[in-house]
Amino acid sequence: MTVLSLRNLVVVVLLAGLLLLPIYAQVAGSPFLLTLFTRIVILAIAATSLNLIMGYGGMVSFGHAVYLGIGSYAVGICAFEGVESGFVQWPLAIAASALFALVIGALSLRTRGVYFIMITLAFAQMAYYVAIGLDRYGGDDGMILEARSRFAGLINLNDKTAFYYLCLALLFATIFLVWRLVNSRFGMVIQGARSNERRMRAIGFPVYRYRLVCFVIAGTICGLAGALLANFTDFVSPAAMHWTRSGDLIIMVVLGGMASPFGPLIGAVALLALEEALSGITEYWQIILGPMLLLIVLFARGGIDGILARLRHA
Amino acid sequence: MKMALCAAGAVLALAAAPAAAQDKIKIGFVSTFSGPTAVIGNDMRNSFELALDHLGRKMGGKDVEVIYEDDQQKPEVGLQKTQKLIQSDKVDFVVGYIWSNVLLASYKPVVESQTFLIGANAGPHQLAGEQCSPFFFSTSWQNDQTPQAMGLYMNQKGVKSVYLIGPNYAAGKDMLAGVASTFKGQIVGQDLTKWPDQLDFSAELSKARAANPEAIFVFYPGAAGAQFLNQYVQAGLKGKIPLYTAFTIDELTLPRQGDAALGVPGAQEWVNDLPNDANRKFVADYRKKHADVPGPTFYGAQSYDAAMLIDSAVKGTKGNLSDKNALRAELKKANFKSVRGNFKYGNNHFPIQNFYLQEAVKNPDGKLALKTVSTIVENDQDRFHEKCPMK
Amino acid sequence: MLLFIEQCLNGLQLGLLLFLLAAGLTLIFGIMDLVNLAHGSFYMLGAYFAATFAVMTDSFVLAALLAMLATLVVGMAVEVIAMRRLYGRDHLDHVLATFGLILFFNEFVRLAWGPEGRNIPLPSWLNTSIELLPGVPYSAYRLSIIVVALAVAFLLYLIVMRTRLGMLIRAGASNREMIGALGVNIKLLYTLIFGVGAALAGLAGLMQGAILTAQIGMGENILILAFVVIIIGGIGSIRGAFIASIMVGLIDTVGRSYLPEFFKLALSNEAAATAGPAMSSMLIYLLMALVLVVRPEGLFPAGGR
Repeated sequence: MTVLSLRNLVVVVLLAGLLLLPIYAQVAGSPFLLTLFTRIVILAIAATSLNLIMGYGGMVSFGHAVYLGIGSYAVGICAFEGVESGFVQWPLAIAASALFALVIGALSLRTRGVYFIMITLAFAQMAYYVAIGLDRYGGDDGMILEARSRFAGLINLNDKTAFYYLCLALLFATIFLVWRLVNSRFGMVIQGARSNERRMRAIGFPVYRYRLVCFVIAGTICGLAGALLANFTDFVSPAAMHWTRSGDLIIMVVLGGMASPFGPLIGAVALLALEEALSGITEYWQIILGPMLLLIVLFARGGIDGILARLRHA
Repeated sequence: MKMALCAAGAVLALAAAPAAAQDKIKIGFVSTFSGPTAVIGNDMRNSFELALDHLGRKMGGKDVEVIYEDDQQKPEVGLQKTQKLIQSDKVDFVVGYIWSNVLLASYKPVVESQTFLIGANAGPHQLAGEQCSPFFFSTSWQNDQTPQAMGLYMNQKGVKSVYLIGPNYAAGKDMLAGVASTFKGQIVGQDLTKWPDQLDFSAELSKARAANPEAIFVFYPGAAGAQFLNQYVQAGLKGKIPLYTAFTIDELTLPRQGDAALGVPGAQEWVNDLPNDANRKFVADYRKKHADVPGPTFYGAQSYDAAMLIDSAVKGTKGNLSDKNALRAELKKANFKSVRGNFKYGNNHFPIQNFYLQEAVKNPDGKLALKTVSTIVENDQDRFHEKCPMK
Repeated sequence: MLLFIEQCLNGLQLGLLLFLLAAGLTLIFGIMDLVNLAHGSFYMLGAYFAATFAVMTDSFVLAALLAMLATLVVGMAVEVIAMRRLYGRDHLDHVLATFGLILFFNEFVRLAWGPEGRNIPLPSWLNTSIELLPGVPYSAYRLSIIVVALAVAFLLYLIVMRTRLGMLIRAGASNREMIGALGVNIKLLYTLIFGVGAALAGLAGLMQGAILTAQIGMGENILILAFVVIIIGGIGSIRGAFIASIMVGLIDTVGRSYLPEFFKLALSNEAAATAGPAMSSMLIYLLMALVLVVRPEGLFPAGGR
């Protein structure tokens, strides 16, 4: 692979752009840009974690947003009950997501294909309705986060730029972690099981256990994204784990390019930036976006990343 | 990808537009402009625009720019749009909000940025009580007030027992609590339904019938009001168990409720036939300008008042928006001709106002219209103002 | 007791409505192996077509027939233009593509009919209530939904079990490659099945639309329920879809009406009022998860692969 392929160029430009964005926002005097991209980066973390199980592992979870919800509720409930230290909140968010992923995964991984898609949806919907039933924490309406997580002088999350860089650092860390994982022996088993489960089992790998570990790692990372999301919006609500949000995550991954390290990031940027830009052009922007998605599926397999990879050969 | 890059570029370019010099007044207006309840948002926008027309599109000699944002009836979207208005557009006032849950989610960033927030519809009890703010004013009501008036009216009618049905969100809970606080009879049952998704009320209507109350009280704003009323009729309840409502029958739902709405009482702080000059002008000009849509509604009336309230304050401070204390003092005076008749602000910046009984009647031309029947309560103040620390 | 019977009727009505949606969905899924999220869009289109035709023809029944015909045509057109190219592709491609179709149809309806939704006027003989049992008046219209849906279910049963076409459909659901090898014109069969599925969704939409009014996005929430139904029933199985729809309809409605009372025993009044409806909405997902844990391919897996 040549180092300076178009695909690599785009990734480098994208990363550089993300790194320099706060400076640009400062110069241009548009703090909203920073807000928009903080959101994109957080959702990109969630999408990257989904890519680990969906793109590499072939486990299509239609309930991945549930960890966004669990992570944000962990932070929200702690804050509501007076625990404002991030050193407590965030590990709790991560632990809760991991535990939930373990339970969901253990039960769901018994099923295959579409049944797996739907059973993960079922668990996410159950969590969604539990959140609606939490009368003390706002029920259907959600609740305002009175104060962002405190990290005793380490970092101030109320500083927008600092918060953005924290999210960005976590995104890079996530991408790196996923990349390392899939290229390890563990990742080979996971990918091998996607293409031929029977063979992996015949070789003697406990596929179910490998998949479960993978599922839990993805859920845990997404839970962290949920903790970020709660701090970012200052608001926690069941909407964070609605099935449409899980759908959004799937679309980001497929649009960007499955089983590609930077695909989910590209997908998140493309989808959210497109939404923002198209809705600026016409009130009926979805009538453009809808057929666009259809065309991408029909004529560009492998999403945007796939297009870029193919352009290299052209 | 090129598309996406272009799009991203467009976003950057849009956001990079230099902040305009502060010689005009910028107002952000958040309401619902998509989905089935967009008709409400449109009525609010029409009325707000009409108020600007009446003001010559100037407030205190300054040009006015209004930025309308769609909250999609979702708290998290409303919050996001509100943040954009404050951070990116740097508006002087944020106005609007139909839904209590959207307002509650968006509230904190506005008042913390010391921007004035004028609530033109939603009035959740938190904002009237403990969480009241020097930067929040309402041109509508506290949620409980309207159903409280309905509870009083049911007492007047001698109703002994009632069944309550409403949607499960901030305002729905406020509304049912409101009736319960003034109604002297027995509440035999209560249902909160999933909002805004659940539109089939068959199970709830069956339960209500089985509980055999003397009356049913219901709160379903927007299109859901039409759906509830039609199902109430189809279930054969009309004429058997009378219906009492708040925010369920308005000018927008009336064409779809048709004869089902006849004789169903509702409480409201504004009705289109209230006899004052400001109201006559508002209603007549609205109908002239927007002959193709039904309206105006109370949502519109409150938005019209919001524009007039801001104008009165800008005039009072001679256009000096930087002195927030002076601006607040002017807002608090409510020194303008409200279309509901003049009102005063309480310590929590919610109006102290009358509530009327309205009913749907058939005009000689066969069209349905709402008209005032009587005044239920005069100079009513919400029941949470004592919890507000502001004096 | 009378209340319970009435609630069961309500549940049956919801269940049968779900069946109309699920029948098409499960056939398309089972035979073409296509995940069609846009199925809810046909449900919505059916309601809007009926609203328009009802105004034009001044007859509800005629409008309903015309609307079904219109959704049939739209469904077949969508199949020929887009879906045909998606067969054999990854399920995720289906999800993305048909999600795009949802966006398109929602905006299309907004442009064509406006954002405020439409009424489907009912004739007065349907807009009343009938004394079904002494003391149980029931909406005549809801009763007619039950009757129509049962008739459609019976008709489907006859077609699938008793005709040559039905034989092909059953063969397709259990072994896709097989019917191709038998020299059947698969392209035409697929287009026809897709169209009929769309028309059934349209029928469900227009019938529900007369109660709930036609609205943009009305298909999305019920679509998820329909998916739950076909998963519980087993993909490709009409019988499974029928039984699962009625189960889901009954559990949802009965749960909604009795769970809050049940919660009141343990919780405060206010907490029960919030928790009750939330938990009853959860019941059907609980049911689906349980079924899948015990039987990973649903209750009546077609073909038994």
